[in-house]
Amino acid sequence: MTGTLLSVKDLNVVFRHGLKEIRAVNRVTFDMRRRETLVMAGESGSGKTVTSLAICGLLPEGAASVSGSARFAGEELIGMPEAQLRAFRGRRIAYIFQEPSSFLNPVYSIGEQIAEAVRLHHGAGRAAALREAVKLLEMSGISDAQRAARSYPHQLSGGMNQRAAISMALACRPELLIADEPTTSLDMTTEAEIIKLLMRLKQEAGFSLLFITHNLAIAEHIADKVAVMFKGELVEYREKEELFASPEHAHTKELLAAYEKVGKF
Amino acid sequence: MALAALAAPLLSPYQPAQIDAGSILCAPSSAHFLGTDSLGRDVLSRLIYGARISLSVGIIAVGISTLLGVVFGSLSGFYGGSVDAFIMRCVDVMLCFPAFFLILAAVAFLDSSIFNIMIIIGLTSWMGPARLVRAEIMALKEREFVEAARASGAGNLRIIVRHILPNACGPLLVNATLAVAGAILLESGLSFLGLGVQPPVPSWGNMLTEAKATLGVAWWITVFPGGAIFLAIIGFNFIAEGIRKELG
Amino acid sequence: MGKYILRRLAGIIPLLFGISLLSFAVINLAPGKPVALENSLNPRVSARALERLEKLYELDKPVYERYWHWLKRTAALDFGRSFSDNRPVIEKIAERLPVTIIINLLSLFLIFAAAIPLGVRCALRPDGMLDKVMTAAMFFLFAIPTFWLALLLMNFFGINLRWLPVSGITSLNYEYLSPVEKVIDLLRHLLLPVTVSSLGGIAAMARYMRSSMIEALAQPYIRMARAKGLTERSVLYKHAFRNAVMPLVTIMGLSLPGLVGGSVIFESVFAIPGAGRLFYEAVMMRDYPLIMAEVVIVSILTMTANLLADVSYAWIDPRLRDKR
Repeated sequence: MTGTLLSVKDLNVVFRHGLKEIRAVNRVTFDMRRRETLVMAGESGSGKTVTSLAICGLLPEGAASVSGSARFAGEELIGMPEAQLRAFRGRRIAYIFQEPSSFLNPVYSIGEQIAEAVRLHHGAGRAAALREAVKLLEMSGISDAQRAARSYPHQLSGGMNQRAAISMALACRPELLIADEPTTSLDMTTEAEIIKLLMRLKQEAGFSLLFITHNLAIAEHIADKVAVMFKGELVEYREKEELFASPEHAHTKELLAAYEKVGKF
Repeated sequence: MALAALAAPLLSPYQPAQIDAGSILCAPSSAHFLGTDSLGRDVLSRLIYGARISLSVGIIAVGISTLLGVVFGSLSGFYGGSVDAFIMRCVDVMLCFPAFFLILAAVAFLDSSIFNIMIIIGLTSWMGPARLVRAEIMALKEREFVEAARASGAGNLRIIVRHILPNACGPLLVNATLAVAGAILLESGLSFLGLGVQPPVPSWGNMLTEAKATLGVAWWITVFPGGAIFLAIIGFNFIAEGIRKELG
Repeated sequence: MGKYILRRLAGIIPLLFGISLLSFAVINLAPGKPVALENSLNPRVSARALERLEKLYELDKPVYERYWHWLKRTAALDFGRSFSDNRPVIEKIAERLPVTIIINLLSLFLIFAAAIPLGVRCALRPDGMLDKVMTAAMFFLFAIPTFWLALLLMNFFGINLRWLPVSGITSLNYEYLSPVEKVIDLLRHLLLPVTVSSLGGIAAMARYMRSSMIEALAQPYIRMARAKGLTERSVLYKHAFRNAVMPLVTIMGLSLPGLVGGSVIFESVFAIPGAGRLFYEAVMMRDYPLIMAEVVIVSILTMTANLLADVSYAWIDPRLRDKR
């Protein structure tokens, strides 16, 4: 179980705004092994999120053109028809996003939304899926899971919603979890709890984790490897210890300096 | 269209009330471009004179409603508190009345002169501009230039008129243009029912009342006045759109 | 939730008060005493009727006392007797109101049934063919006077083609038809009026649905739904649609007064024996008790419908359900 899971090569994303073309991602190349944690760091607008969305074809059609290659467990995802891609999304590659409260649908209860994912990929019945949803919420460390399942997103705190989103992402036992700044909108204590939770679940379920952040402190904590993005390019991509010991690119140094100033996580 | 209305006496080939017993219900021809009605009156002439009535009713009614709206909106926005609550309640009440019923009821108690119709339409449609002005004032009253004006000793009225209203002008103008279209529609509806502008004065609406009686016999009496209303409304909509674009 | 409904119910008290004040003000609108001006202006109103009017509104008493008495009678649904045939006003309205309510409900139904799918289609391809056609159609429908459209359609379908009846809600031989034929006869009579009264609403509502759907589709939870691996169909019709359609309930509530007001016009054009036409007749005859009663009843009904719309919105939207 240590083979290469995801192999991204020369990934380009170009956005068209009328006549203008914006190169959001430029020749990005990296690999992820099974069970590995890759932290992708960089400022906002450096192309981290766009890269992660491009992998699973989640960028808006028409506005963005994606080229290059992203092989997942040997299968090429770039250019794969929508219908086939759908079998990967949620089931083998799951996402969690920055603002859990706005990424959860306000008009469905938490339980319904998790059960929807369960039913979609396992074909379980409605009641069974709801029971499974409660179990998943418990696994994510929610004490009163029954009640949480009945709640709507606006009734829960940001931390609780993110736990719910994590439960939803893990509903189908994905092989890769892409977490796009999952703690940025949370307070410090909750942030620490969520990261601890993610690492525990990773231990138990054995998925690979692509963790996107602008905060190198988190990288030091959880990463196996670190990739630093700057203006759409991957400027540094190395083992964590090496990177922290001897940063090469000027931007990495800047990020590190900022982190030292703020203090350790 | 407005030009044609102003120049009505010059343009009209016939007197609008002139009855020509020899040419009743004539189809459009070279003598009567748009035909004649059941009394032998020229439809084109009546249309042009009707434009005067319909447009002036629309514009004056909106003038009244905008003025009222500005006054109530300013009071509401500027003083806030219970004044605001009271005025906004009034707006709510007015909004939940089917305005057409209220207008008809009012017409029943007064008599339906052109003058009264302008006033009634104005009195029942000030809520839109009032809300607009109120929102604008609420947004502006905390801004620096208002504070500065107050610091230099300007009175409330002066602040509202000199400093706040000019800023609200644009949206108000767009609103008013659209409202003129609405008022023309309302007037034509009233006149159509025989409760608006009274014959023999021609208005687009009461020309259509007559059309109902001659339906199937004389299509031109139905088509042209309605078409005129339609074009006027589209015209005002375009103007509103134009102003909105101009304002950015 | 229960609290919210209670609060809304409490909110209608000042509204009712406002309605009653405004209605009462209309009676006292006429320059001088409403009774005095009749002699010269309206020969249709007989001297006896005037006397009754004077008694009904107690014009010799001070304003506040009159208002109080009028309010008490109104609350007991006692609106006096009609000038024209001396029957109790409430009776006349009761027999005419159902037709109007049915037509308005049918129109509302038609508006929703047509506008929602149209708006969704437009939202899926903004600036596509259908969207452009709809934008243009919307423009036209707004500018067309309803009664004119009614006349044109009557002329075309009723007189030129002779497909549909042009007036009333039943044919002359209605009594002799079988039940099935009766229903068909009714529908044939209602087709044009209902269509005419809903066209404007369809255009406006489709527009709202379009922008509401476009807004919903831009929300983060749509990306989440896609990332979950849902089919595009589920994403659109389960996740986006439900969010997009909710605000329409409120908009419907707000558009009700316009729809109801339109009843006067199209019931007159199509000679439908509903409350709108009754009102028109009352205005033409200067039948004051009937006019007043209609204004009060119609506005209270409209307000109630509005309230229902608000409460059901709070009920279907979980964000409002336990807030407020």
